[in-house]
Amino acid sequence: MKEESLNFFPAHKLNKMLKNREISATDIAGTVNSAIQKVQEKLNVYIRLESEKMLEQAKQVDSYIGNGGEVKDFTGIPIAIKDNICTKGITTTCASKILENYVPVYDATVVKKLKDQHFVLTGKANMDEFAMGSSNENSYFGNVKNPWATARVPGGSSGGPAASVASGTAICALGSDTGGSIRQPAALCGIVGLKPTYGLVSRYGLVAFASSLDQIGPLTRDVEDSASLLNVVCGWDENDSTSINQAHPDYTRFLSGDMKNMKIGVPRELMVNEMDSEIKDSVTRALKLAQDMGAVVEETSLPSLEYALSVYYIIAPSEASSNLSRFDGVRYGYRNGTAETLRQMYKKSRAEGFGPEVKRRIMIGTYCLSAGYYDAYYEKAQRVRTLIIEDFRKAFEKYDVLISPTSPTTAFKIGEKVEDPLTMYLSDICTIPVNLAGLPAISIPCGLSSKDNLPMGLQVIGNILREDNVFRAASSLEKAIGFDKIPEELYKS
Amino acid sequence: MNQQKDTYKKMEGQDSSGSVKAGKYETVIGLETHVELFTTTKMFCGCKLSFGADPNTCTCPVCLGHPGTLPVINKKAIEFAIKIALALNCTINNYSIFHRKNYFYPDMPKNYQISQYDLPVSSKGYLDVDMGDYIRRVGITRVHLEEDTGKLIHTGVTGRISESAASIVDFNRAGTPLIEIVTEPDIKSPAEAKEYLISLRNLLLYLDVSDCSMEEGSLRCDANVSVRPAGTAGLGTKAEIKNMNSFKFLQKGLEYEVLRQVEILESGGKVIQQTRHYDHVTDTTKALRSKEEAHDYRYFPEPDLVPMQIGDSIIKEIKSAIPELPFEKTARFVSQFGISIYDCRFLVADKNMAEYFEKCCVLYGNAKTVVNWLMGDFSALLNKDDISINESKITPEKLTRMLEMIDNGRINSKIAKSVFEEMFATGTDPQKIIEGKGLEQISDEGMIESLVDKVINENPGTVEQFRSGKVKALGFLVGQVMAGTKGKANPKLVNEILLRKLR
Repeated sequence: MKEESLNFFPAHKLNKMLKNREISATDIAGTVNSAIQKVQEKLNVYIRLESEKMLEQAKQVDSYIGNGGEVKDFTGIPIAIKDNICTKGITTTCASKILENYVPVYDATVVKKLKDQHFVLTGKANMDEFAMGSSNENSYFGNVKNPWATARVPGGSSGGPAASVASGTAICALGSDTGGSIRQPAALCGIVGLKPTYGLVSRYGLVAFASSLDQIGPLTRDVEDSASLLNVVCGWDENDSTSINQAHPDYTRFLSGDMKNMKIGVPRELMVNEMDSEIKDSVTRALKLAQDMGAVVEETSLPSLEYALSVYYIIAPSEASSNLSRFDGVRYGYRNGTAETLRQMYKKSRAEGFGPEVKRRIMIGTYCLSAGYYDAYYEKAQRVRTLIIEDFRKAFEKYDVLISPTSPTTAFKIGEKVEDPLTMYLSDICTIPVNLAGLPAISIPCGLSSKDNLPMGLQVIGNILREDNVFRAASSLEKAIGFDKIPEELYKS
Repeated sequence: MNQQKDTYKKMEGQDSSGSVKAGKYETVIGLETHVELFTTTKMFCGCKLSFGADPNTCTCPVCLGHPGTLPVINKKAIEFAIKIALALNCTINNYSIFHRKNYFYPDMPKNYQISQYDLPVSSKGYLDVDMGDYIRRVGITRVHLEEDTGKLIHTGVTGRISESAASIVDFNRAGTPLIEIVTEPDIKSPAEAKEYLISLRNLLLYLDVSDCSMEEGSLRCDANVSVRPAGTAGLGTKAEIKNMNSFKFLQKGLEYEVLRQVEILESGGKVIQQTRHYDHVTDTTKALRSKEEAHDYRYFPEPDLVPMQIGDSIIKEIKSAIPELPFEKTARFVSQFGISIYDCRFLVADKNMAEYFEKCCVLYGNAKTVVNWLMGDFSALLNKDDISINESKITPEKLTRMLEMIDNGRINSKIAKSVFEEMFATGTDPQKIIEGKGLEQISDEGMIESLVDKVINENPGTVEQFRSGKVKALGFLVGQVMAGTKGKANPKLVNEILLRKLR
């Protein structure tokens, strides 16, 4: 292997090479760093780069390994962290002006776990402000461009993390997924993105958008990395009351690539007419491959999924309106300096600190929770959410996994949907129901569109804590589909 | 006009309980009491509780509301809440959740308070309030858990927000576990309100869950008060009164408010629903905000916490650990020690006093004598020094030794009083005081006889008066003999010998 391509290797390969002393952590970091130097300006993947520290960290890892330190799965692996996950001493901005200079005094639990692995931090990846968006156009620090076509969006809200892996400027990344924020950009960038079961990964240190939906997960080059990165970051955390207190299996045990007799349901409601037909075709082709491998595929129906988008756009903004009220200019973050009264300070700081999409959602949420409207909106949405959960529960009595497209479209053009939030919201129509029900789901690439050579993604949904089935199906399909493309054009110009 | 004046007079003539005696109006009061629990750590993080610590030293990312932090419930606080609820005869709800109460204020780090709403930890109880000649049963609507806010300090001499250039925030208190106890509108007068709060505070002190200091704000009480025509069932428009931070102010604030509302109704006006602030300097209440300006708190279930499922075995366990409570103690004292209810009320009103009393009764047989000393001289000195009985230097052992000395005739009661004062001041053993000062009672009959003889010889006039039927003259002669022994003579013996010699 040529050293130049190391930055497009999956972590598990690099890990073997590190263990065999074929390469050093410095080699990997060097390659990733030169990729960053080449494309960061073009793509705007990172809000904050840690280039010098990254090389320094890699050196330390090499001496740690040299001194007989154990090479764990992510030792010496350059990883990007979405900028809404707290990193002690390193700004965590949530892509917002209001937190432009905010430096956390503590590490998120997932960051601590990665530090225990002796990972190497590439930097804090760009995103939609407070994880609100599906195109990464809502960042105070400018939008991220899709590595496959720089006039197009990378998806969102984890646009930076997805683009970092897709562009070889990180080996893996951690993102957060509230309604599809890991899976949709993974699909649009041609990589693997996993949203674990709600409660499997600690949210401590993830700046909350919608607490009952948020979940941290890995964005990786392949399914094996996804499983092993999940192994590292998952587990009960005493600092997160919603984390599940239960031992977890080694998820890499489920990558045999065998899906014989697996029962697959294909929800009609997630194969809608408004979708790009080529995406539907690619998913259908993948389902055929599954049948060839001995899986049983059936169309099925989860009628209440029709309401998922409406339910989501009540519950998520409601929780957000409360979660984001702490950004008031009193203790940290942006404060307007000219305000003369307390109310003025609140109003001006927040008016100037938040971007338009965040304000829109705060207003929607505040409205939905208001006296007199609560029952009609929030309360009703919660009841419909229960129906959605119930539909999934019934489906999983019959099926091991459900399969759908991840996103109804491939990467769209920058600016195309900015003026039309409702169309933008449709981008998450296949991913949102999964968050409402707290289920695990993965997006894997299932081909490039013939029209514009853009990645398409397929989603595998499992029952609560059945990541085993998700990985089994995803690894089998990954092998059968054989997607091995990288955005080569990016480095040509 | 005349009629109105009349009513006002009747109002002035209200009895000491503050109820509207004239019978034209009835007072309806409900109380909301907040109690800071003295758990080791805060409600949702591991920070130590911190009364008096330097500002912002007992804080962490969680109680400062930093981005990404999450709350974790303090189990001890739940235990305390259950304990309080059980003592207030409440039902413990097996399923209970926290809500967020949303409003902006700089003393609140997250700009929402984690509190409870429609599924509190417990509900439907009561507290019996002893009003002397009757018992008022006050229904408890709910007991719920929440977190306290930080403290705003307004710079400048007056400490008033309007006169300060800046306000600074101390977040030490933010996140302190707080219990809210809400009553039904069962309280019928300001005096009952005061007694309710005294009883509640005493109960909480028995439960050992809070220091219940109204001065330091660990016990705070707001009131909802309204009046209605006597005999009617509906509720009048209420006002919420805040800032009554002592028992006295609670009663006075409510008395003022009842008068204010009756006057409005009498002059044909309407009471407006509003929040009012009690000012103890002017002894009036002032409007803070009306219902229209009231906050919309946008309550919704706290998604960062999971529901609390409280099992019956835990409730049982906590119940078994509840100590004897004031009402039970009163009943036991009456039957065990044969003392009056009146005496018991005095003892039980202070947990330390009751404990002290019981210790004395183990060492000494006459409970009534103990009570008399505790209610009399002992309380007088404690009040003078403003200390609690368990801070006093007189141990139950010392007190009862002194009582035995009186019974044995080693000291008389007059001397006992000075011995007691000395014990109180120095903590010296009564035996040593008596020995050191030679205070032991003189019961040597020969010595007393010779003194009596001397007094009779020196006061022939008084002796003559006595013999001619003036009984009072005896007192003077006894006094003379006592003076001759510096008060140490056994007064009973002096009496006997004097009478024998005079006949």
